Amino acid sequence: MKISKKDVEDIAHLARLKVDESLVGKYAEQISDILKYIDKLKDVDISGAELVSDASFNINVLRADDPVKSGGPAVTLVNAPERIDDFFQVPNTIKPN
Amino acid sequence: MFEPVIGLEVHAQLKTKTKIFCGCSTKFGEPPNANTCPVCTGMPGVLPVLNKKAVDLAIKTALATNSKIARQSRFDRKNYFYPDLPKGYQISQYAYPIAEHGFLDIENKRIGITRIHMEEDAGKLTHDPARGKSLVDLNRTGIPLVEIVSEPDIRSAKEAGQYLKKLHQILKYTDVCDANMEKGQFRCDANISLRIKGTEKFGIRAEIKNLNSFKNVEKAINYEIERQAYILEEGGEVIQETRLWDPVKNKTNSMRGKENAHDYRYFPDPDLVPLIVDDQWIDEIKKTLPELPDAKQTRFVTDYNIPEYDARVLTSSKKLADFFEETTKDLKDKKQASNWIMTTVLGMLNTKGVDIESSPVSAPSLAELLKLLENSTINIKGAKTIFEEMVETGKSPEEIVKDKNLEQVSDQSELENIVIEIINKNPKEVEAYKNGKTKLFSFFMGQVMRETKGKADPKIITEIIKTKLQDDN
Repeated sequence: MKISKKDVEDIAHLARLKVDESLVGKYAEQISDILKYIDKLKDVDISGAELVSDASFNINVLRADDPVKSGGPAVTLVNAPERIDDFFQVPNTIKPN
Repeated sequence: MFEPVIGLEVHAQLKTKTKIFCGCSTKFGEPPNANTCPVCTGMPGVLPVLNKKAVDLAIKTALATNSKIARQSRFDRKNYFYPDLPKGYQISQYAYPIAEHGFLDIENKRIGITRIHMEEDAGKLTHDPARGKSLVDLNRTGIPLVEIVSEPDIRSAKEAGQYLKKLHQILKYTDVCDANMEKGQFRCDANISLRIKGTEKFGIRAEIKNLNSFKNVEKAINYEIERQAYILEEGGEVIQETRLWDPVKNKTNSMRGKENAHDYRYFPDPDLVPLIVDDQWIDEIKKTLPELPDAKQTRFVTDYNIPEYDARVLTSSKKLADFFEETTKDLKDKKQASNWIMTTVLGMLNTKGVDIESSPVSAPSLAELLKLLENSTINIKGAKTIFEEMVETGKSPEEIVKDKNLEQVSDQSELENIVIEIINKNPKEVEAYKNGKTKLFSFFMGQVMRETKGKADPKIITEIIKTKLQDDN
């Protein structure tokens, strides 16, 4: 699968990554190469194999509805880049109309 | 002329103690991020494990909405970027939902239910536009939801309202969801499009979000119908988009800021194994299903011989229906009990702004009061006074009757003496009555009532006055 420069820009935007414009072409090539490598899977003969989407062949792995003590902000926010009190702080998500 | 085509998506929070894939509490109103752990905040390397209770409640929802439960269902990742979604994807059911092909009956119409699927809720954002920042609280992240998707069978705001109220009622009856709309436990999105009446093909739809009350749902749908009709009449085209209802300005606005939201790149969640629901599991849940509103309404009409209207009002909530049944258990006059609950009790609750569960007058107390009325210990006027006193003081009807001396005078000889006295005091009126001015009968009634301070049994004094006035002939 071929990844275009436009794809790289779109993915970077979605992932909120700043990408140096001069590197966009290089990244497009590298990502295309990675995907091409994965394309090798297409050469495997899977005729007659059943479709499986789960890593395990278990079914119904369930837990009881019993509360446990949560770690809370002390655990959850420990690596927060920006915070106010016990909230994460992020750029405003609502654009002014 | 245009015809609206409306489908509704309802998200209902399942009433579990813990989140859908971890043991964090689902308690509402906790400090920010108190109910969070590495699993629900999507830290690398954690393993989500499905809460059985959430599945039980989803099965119950499916049974109560006449839906077909899938023997095998699965969980998928719905990918999108937004700060309320720490993992970068929401665990939902896409290709294999837990139930499909249900329906609900509203007035004169059946509304199809396309599917019911389980998923996790997202976090909550509060916006601080002045500082250009948003605050993220992930307590809600991972709370189990069912999404109930209707067929596009709804044709008006009114029908949408009826469908939602019915669904809300059923979820509360089955105790699947507390369904408090203000707390966001029952949320609704509406898909609306218009088409030329008589044609089959659907028009381009808009999705309306932020409909947090029944009233707003109807208002927003009506607004959106008008907005789209105006665009189409002017020869324009409706844009397929998500719009937010603004309950202050009473309009919908295009929702910007959620880019590329249409491509969710669903794929099966490899951390979660298939969910297999067998007959035994379904039968277990079936046993926990209460009598549903429609069945209860029909039974009330036949068992208690009350009008359909009364039955509908009384079964509007399970708690109210239970209150009626408890009150009326040992009473002969079921209709009288129904009238008292629908007008006096509900009126009082409305004034006080509380619901039936916290009614200051309990069902047994009301039954005691109505019993006194039935066996003529008190009359209707006295009953109203006692009821008000019960609301204020919490005293029992018997106590109040004694305290206030409201016991109805039904002693025959005592009442006879009073009537005779009144007849003797009013010879002119007696004369006029005998000469055919029968309207004066109420004058005598009034006099007796005044004499007994309203406590006389009206049935008995009517008889006595009639006899005494004839006796004199």
